[in-house]
Amino acid sequence: MRTPLLALPLLSALTLLLAACGSQPPAPEQAASGVESRTPGAVSVESAPVTQVKPEPFDAGSIAALKDPRSPLSKRSIYFDYDSYVVKDEFQSLLTAHGKFLSANQKMKMLIQGNADERGSREYNLALGQKRAEAVKKALALLGAREDQMEAVSLGEEKPACTDSGEACWAKNRRGDMLYTGEF
Amino acid sequence: MKFNRLVLACAAGLALCSVTARAQLTVEITGAGANRLPVAIADFTGERIVAQALASVVRADLERSGLFRLIDAGAPLADSATPPFEDLKTRGADAVVGGSVVPGADGRYETRVRLSDVPKQTVLGNPAYLHSGVQLRATAHRIADFIYEKLTGEPGVFSTRIAYVVKSTGRYELKIADADGANDQAALASREPIISPAWSPDGTKLAYVSFEAKKPVVYVHDLASGRRHVAANFKGSNSAPAWSPDGKQLAVVLTKDGGSQLYLVNADGSGVARIATSSGIDTEPRWSPDAHFIYFTSDRGGSPQIYRVPSSGGPAERVTFEGSYNVTPRPSPDGKSLAFIARNSNGRFQLALMDLATKQTQVLTDSAKDESPSFAPNGRMILYATEIGGRGVLAAVSSDGRVKQKLSVQAADVREPAWGPLVR
Repeated sequence: MRTPLLALPLLSALTLLLAACGSQPPAPEQAASGVESRTPGAVSVESAPVTQVKPEPFDAGSIAALKDPRSPLSKRSIYFDYDSYVVKDEFQSLLTAHGKFLSANQKMKMLIQGNADERGSREYNLALGQKRAEAVKKALALLGAREDQMEAVSLGEEKPACTDSGEACWAKNRRGDMLYTGEF
Repeated sequence: MKFNRLVLACAAGLALCSVTARAQLTVEITGAGANRLPVAIADFTGERIVAQALASVVRADLERSGLFRLIDAGAPLADSATPPFEDLKTRGADAVVGGSVVPGADGRYETRVRLSDVPKQTVLGNPAYLHSGVQLRATAHRIADFIYEKLTGEPGVFSTRIAYVVKSTGRYELKIADADGANDQAALASREPIISPAWSPDGTKLAYVSFEAKKPVVYVHDLASGRRHVAANFKGSNSAPAWSPDGKQLAVVLTKDGGSQLYLVNADGSGVARIATSSGIDTEPRWSPDAHFIYFTSDRGGSPQIYRVPSSGGPAERVTFEGSYNVTPRPSPDGKSLAFIARNSNGRFQLALMDLATKQTQVLTDSAKDESPSFAPNGRMILYATEIGGRGVLAAVSSDGRVKQKLSVQAADVREPAWGPLVR
């Protein structure tokens, strides 16, 4: 599935990409900063705040590869077996492409989101998704990506790619997704 | 009363509240206790509409508990009147309740209630309540709690609240409602998932996990003011908050040091410290009521099982041994038993209850996708999430497996229930 962002001309896509740079993953070791509610009694959360920072210089040519369907870099998902967080051999070449890309583009950051199928406990599935995300992160680190370029998080069973019941669908939900700066 | 401020804030400013009020949780009784106590709740005397509304809420509460059989009381009965004992005996009632509602000069009401033993023809109690018109349902729940406690010897939970998450298309709401599903209010609405709500022991706050930052972050939300703060937002995922019995700390699951591991953090987000270490997954911490242990789920032995670790630190001890998937431990309020979710050999996830002294385990449900059990604060019922016809519903079952209820919202998924504490 293509999002509207991917359909935009390259120039405006890049503008969006750079503007969104400020929405970095929250800083590690964050203190108990208050999150202000907008109304008393009920808090309505519609989107995460985005702050502006100085744009980072990116190599427009290689960024384009991320969106090019002919490039392996446009493929972002690694799939896992049931109750497993072992990266299967068939995904090694894809991970190699992304590991090299991160290594060559050190300003690029990646958010790795682990996911699980719907069966069983939500919190256990969150932990399972985290293991999958960390397995992807570890593989990318071995291929040259720096630790501080990547954050591994889990969405557990909360963001299924496929919402039917049954193994065909569940298999699509047991995955790790790689998102680059500007995409999260 | 703090909750009333929340109600008023909603009534004053937010269309949200009136919209969501239509999506009220309805409670349906699907199984009842074997020996239900026959009790007659007469209409109260006094201002007719008010008195009838009170008595009908009291009746609905007692009936829903599955422990009482309602006997027709006939005519309205004042608290001061002598009940028609011989007639009630013929009808089979063991206890009778009469009451009267007297409006005061300040627009408030005084409601007086008398509970009597029918065979002995003695008074078991006659409390009085001062309340406004807005507090009608709350007063009825207090009356039901009084009757329940006098007749069963256990505290009633009709005045408690429950929290749960409603998922409709592209929208998640963290809701708070009375234990009977009435007066539901959204504490939080988001386009991103909300999971794992947990009540503070004093009932004023909820800790929960929200994905609004595109990753799981633990918040603590004050219900009266609607203000909240981040309790845990470290690199990686932050989840599974559980309050310490004194309300000062949260056990949480963090991945900042790699893998999902157990930590303690002060409720204001300060002072993070690790409490257990494994190379696998450790999650779903829950304190024992005496605060001595923290129960949790871990795959350290090769499959997800329940363990416990002393809250002051020390080696983990395995608690579940049967089956290859036992998760989501919830110690009972008296600390004697443990509710959890077990996957059976047919792949069904069912609510189970273990006697911690004998390790005897009873499966309490015959459903297939049970999740997130939560004890009523008197330990009598366990609320949990399950699926009926492909839709998420809440269900409750008594700890002896006999009384069963279904709680659902039309055209939406309900999940992640948490039963609030007794608040006096």
